[in-house]
Amino acid sequence: MTSGDFNEHSLWQRIKEGVASFGVARSIILLFLIILLIAALILDLPMDQILSSMLSRFGMNGILVLAMIPTIRSGTGPNFGLPLGISCGLIAAVLSIELDLRGFQALFFAVGLGGALGAIAGYLYGLLLNKVKGQEMTVGTYFGFSIVSLMCIFWFLAPFKSPEMIWPYGGSGLRVTIALEGRFDKVLNNFLAFDVFGVTIPTGLLLFYGAFCLIVWLFMHSKTGVALSTVGESPRFAESCGLSIDRYRTIGSVVSQALGAVGIIVYAQTFGFLQLYMAPLFMAFFAVASILIGGATLNRATIWHATVGCFLFQSILVVSMPVANLIISENLAEVARIIISNGIILYALTRREIGGGA
Amino acid sequence: MEAPRLEMRDISKEYFGNKVLRSVNLSVAPGEIHGLVGENGAGKSTLMNILFGMPVIRNTGGFEGRIFIDGEPVEVNSPYDALELGIGMVHQEFMLLPGLTITENIKINREIVKDNLLSKLLGKKLGILDFERMRRDARKALDRVELNIDEMLPVLGLPVGFMQFIEIARELDKDSLRLLILDEPTAVLTEKDAETLIEVMKKLSREGISILFITHRLNEVLRVADNITVLRDGEVVGKLPSSEATIEVLAELMVGRKVDISARARRGFEEDAKPILTIKDLHVDMPGERVSGLSLNVQEGEILGIGGLAGHGKIGIANGIMGLYPARGYVHVANYGEVELNSPLSALSSGMAFVSEDRRGMGLLLDETIELNIAVQALLSRGKFLKKYLFNMIDRESIRKHALKMIKDLDIRCTGPNQIVRRLSGGNQQKVCIAKALTLEPSILFVSEPTRGIDVGAKKIVLDLLLQLNQELGVTIIMTSSELAELRSICDRIAIIYRGRLQGILPVDASDKEFGLMMAGELSAVKEGVF
Repeated sequence: MTSGDFNEHSLWQRIKEGVASFGVARSIILLFLIILLIAALILDLPMDQILSSMLSRFGMNGILVLAMIPTIRSGTGPNFGLPLGISCGLIAAVLSIELDLRGFQALFFAVGLGGALGAIAGYLYGLLLNKVKGQEMTVGTYFGFSIVSLMCIFWFLAPFKSPEMIWPYGGSGLRVTIALEGRFDKVLNNFLAFDVFGVTIPTGLLLFYGAFCLIVWLFMHSKTGVALSTVGESPRFAESCGLSIDRYRTIGSVVSQALGAVGIIVYAQTFGFLQLYMAPLFMAFFAVASILIGGATLNRATIWHATVGCFLFQSILVVSMPVANLIISENLAEVARIIISNGIILYALTRREIGGGA
Repeated sequence: MEAPRLEMRDISKEYFGNKVLRSVNLSVAPGEIHGLVGENGAGKSTLMNILFGMPVIRNTGGFEGRIFIDGEPVEVNSPYDALELGIGMVHQEFMLLPGLTITENIKINREIVKDNLLSKLLGKKLGILDFERMRRDARKALDRVELNIDEMLPVLGLPVGFMQFIEIARELDKDSLRLLILDEPTAVLTEKDAETLIEVMKKLSREGISILFITHRLNEVLRVADNITVLRDGEVVGKLPSSEATIEVLAELMVGRKVDISARARRGFEEDAKPILTIKDLHVDMPGERVSGLSLNVQEGEILGIGGLAGHGKIGIANGIMGLYPARGYVHVANYGEVELNSPLSALSSGMAFVSEDRRGMGLLLDETIELNIAVQALLSRGKFLKKYLFNMIDRESIRKHALKMIKDLDIRCTGPNQIVRRLSGGNQQKVCIAKALTLEPSILFVSEPTRGIDVGAKKIVLDLLLQLNQELGVTIIMTSSELAELRSICDRIAIIYRGRLQGILPVDASDKEFGLMMAGELSAVKEGVF
C-alpha cells in the first residue's frame, strides 16, 4: 500500500479502529451520553446538580456491578441470581435497625453480616449452578425471580418489632420502603464530602467503592483468582492443571453474592431507603447491563469494564431524565432505563462467543 | 465397453494453499466392490466429501477435476444432489436419530404418507404417515442386510453393530441407489458382525450396486474388494486388482515414503533395563481412542515414538496417564513411585508434563498473554511464581522474567510476553505449549501430535526443539504422532499401538512394510514369512 492510500483512508480507518477497540456498544452509549449532555446544556438544566447526581449514582451502584466479575470470570456468566445476595444484604440492614444501631456502626454491621450471609447463600447457589452447567443465565434469572417472591413471604412473616419498620397501622410484616434517616442514611456520601463549583463530591462513597475495587483486584490476582479465571476460560485446561472446576465455580458464586449483599447496603445508604418486597426483582439486570456496556462479554470482565460501564449507564439515566422530561414532558427515565438495560443484554446475548474449541 | 458407474477424473483439492489431493483418478464399475485404502490424512475423506458434495468443500474454494456417473458428467453441489444421483453414504459417525424407531430412521425425510383433508389443502408434507407401508419397506431393506430385528424398535440402546446395518438399510431403501460408500464400516464392528457385513457387501454387489469401501484393515479389503486403490499424501500410488495384491504390497504402498533418518546415532535402549516409566495393563476410556490393556516400559533419556492408526488408542495413552480421561491400571515413575490415575495433580507432581494434541482446546488459554500461558500450569499445580502476603498473590515480576527467558530460549516469534496467544502462528503456539510444559521442569515429557496444524517449515523447528530438549536437558520424551516419518526422524524406537494394545516396538530403520503391517495388526499373521 502506498503512503497516499494510507493518508486517504487514515482518518476514517482510525475512527473505525478506535471504535472497534473501545467496543461498538460502548461507543454508541458514549455518543448518546455526549448528545444528552449537550442537550442538557442547551436546555439550560442545572449542570452542577446533574454532575453531583452522576457521581453519587455511580458510587451507589458500583459494588453491585463489581459483583458480576467473579461469576463471569469463573465461567458461570453474569450473575442473574443477584437478588439472592441482595436479599441477604437487606436482611442484614433490617437487623441493624432492629438492633437499634446507628451511623457507621450500623453500616459496618450490615456490611459484615450481609457479606457473611451472602457468602453462605452464594455457596448454596454455587451448588445449584454446578448442576445446571451451560444454563446458568436462564436458571439464574428464574432463580432470582423466585427468591424475590420467597423473600416477600419472609418480609411479611418475619417477627421484627421496630416501629420504624412495621406497618404504622399495626398488623404484621415489614413496610415496602423503610426510611434510613437517623440510621445510616448517606453516612458514606457525607463522609469528607466537599463541593467543587457546586458539584458535590461524595468522597466516602467513592473511597468505599475504590476499596472494594482493590479487594476484587487483589482477589483476582491471588492464586485462587487465577485458578478461578482459568476454570472460566477453559475448563479442560483447568483440569489439566489439576483444578476442581466445581470448586472454583462455587467460589465465584460465593464472592459474587457477598458483593451483592454489600452492594445493596451501599445502594440503600445513598438512596436513603431500604426497598423490600419486589424492589430487587430487576436489580440484577441493571448490574448485568452496566458491566456489558463497560465492554465486558459473557465470559470476560474486568474491574475497568465494571467501573466504566457503571458510570456510563448511571450517567445516561441521570441526564436523560430531565432532558426527556423537558422535551417530551413525560417521565421517560424508567422507560429509558429498561430499554437500555434490556437492549444491552440482548445485544450481548446475540454476540455470545461460542467458547473454546468445543 | 460399459461406462464405469463412477469415474472421478483429475481431482485436485487445496485447503488454504495446502494441496491435499493431486490429480486423483478413481473408477468403479457397476456392481464392483472397490477398496480405497490409505493412512490417516492420505486424502480419503476429502475425496469422499467431494463426491458427496459436502459444504466444507465449497466453503474452502471448491475443487478441480470432473465426476462422471454412468458416463454422464455430473455436478455434485450438495449432499442432496448426491442422493438424487443415487449415491448413498454410510458415515463413520452414525447419523441416526436415537429417539425414533428403526423404521422412522430408515424412512426419514422420505416418509410414505396418506392424504387427509389438511394435506389436500396445504400439500403433501401434512399427510399422515402410512406406517404399514413404511414398515414393509423397512423390513425389506433390513432383510437385504440380513438384520433380523423388529423394525419398530427405537434406535436408542441398540448395539453399535446394528446401527451400522440400519444405516446401510436406509441407503438401500432408496430405490435409485447405484453407488454405496462405506467409510470405515468395520471399525466399530465385532469380528462376527464384520463377517456379516462382508457377506452383505458381496450380496449387494451381485444385485448390481457398486460399493466404494474405505478402510485401513487390509485383510478385509483383500477378501471383499475386486480392485484396490491406494492413496498416500493425496496421490494415487497404486491401483491393482485384489488378486494381485498381498498385505505386504499394500502396506508398503500405504506407508512408504522417503524418510529422512537424520545422521544422529540412534541409541539402543533395552526393554528390560531399568525403566523411568512403567505402564502395566493401562485402560483409558477416551472416546474414539480407547486404550485397553497397554503395557509398556520407557527408558530414561530416550525418545520413544508411539505410532498407530487413528482410533487405535495411541492418543489415549498420554491423556490417560495425565489424568485427563478416566483410566485404570498401574503407572510407576522411577524416583517417585506409583502415580495415582485420574488425578492430573498426581501426574504433574510425579515429574511428568504433557503437550496436548488439542493445542487450542486443552493446551492453551487462547485469549491470555504468552507469559500467563507459560506460567499458569506451574503456578496452579506446583505453586510456582507466588508471593506470600496475606494470601498467595501471583508474582508478576518472576513470571515476566521466566517468560522472557523462554521466549529467547525457544525462539518464540512474538511482539512480547504480553501478546495474546490466539494471534500467534501454529508453530509459535506449539512452542508456548512446550514452554508451558518445560516450566514444570519435567523428567518425562509427553508430546502428542506436535506438528499437527503447523506449516511445513515450522514442523522441523518443533521437532529439532524436542530433540534438543532431550539431548541437552536429558528429558525423556514420549512422542505420539500419526506421521510415521516424523517419528522416524527423531525417535530412538517406535512403539506401534493396535486396538488399544502394544503391537510391538520397532527400531526406526525397520522397513516400511514392517511398520505398515504392524499398524494394520497383520504382522503376527505373516511373521514367519517376514523375519
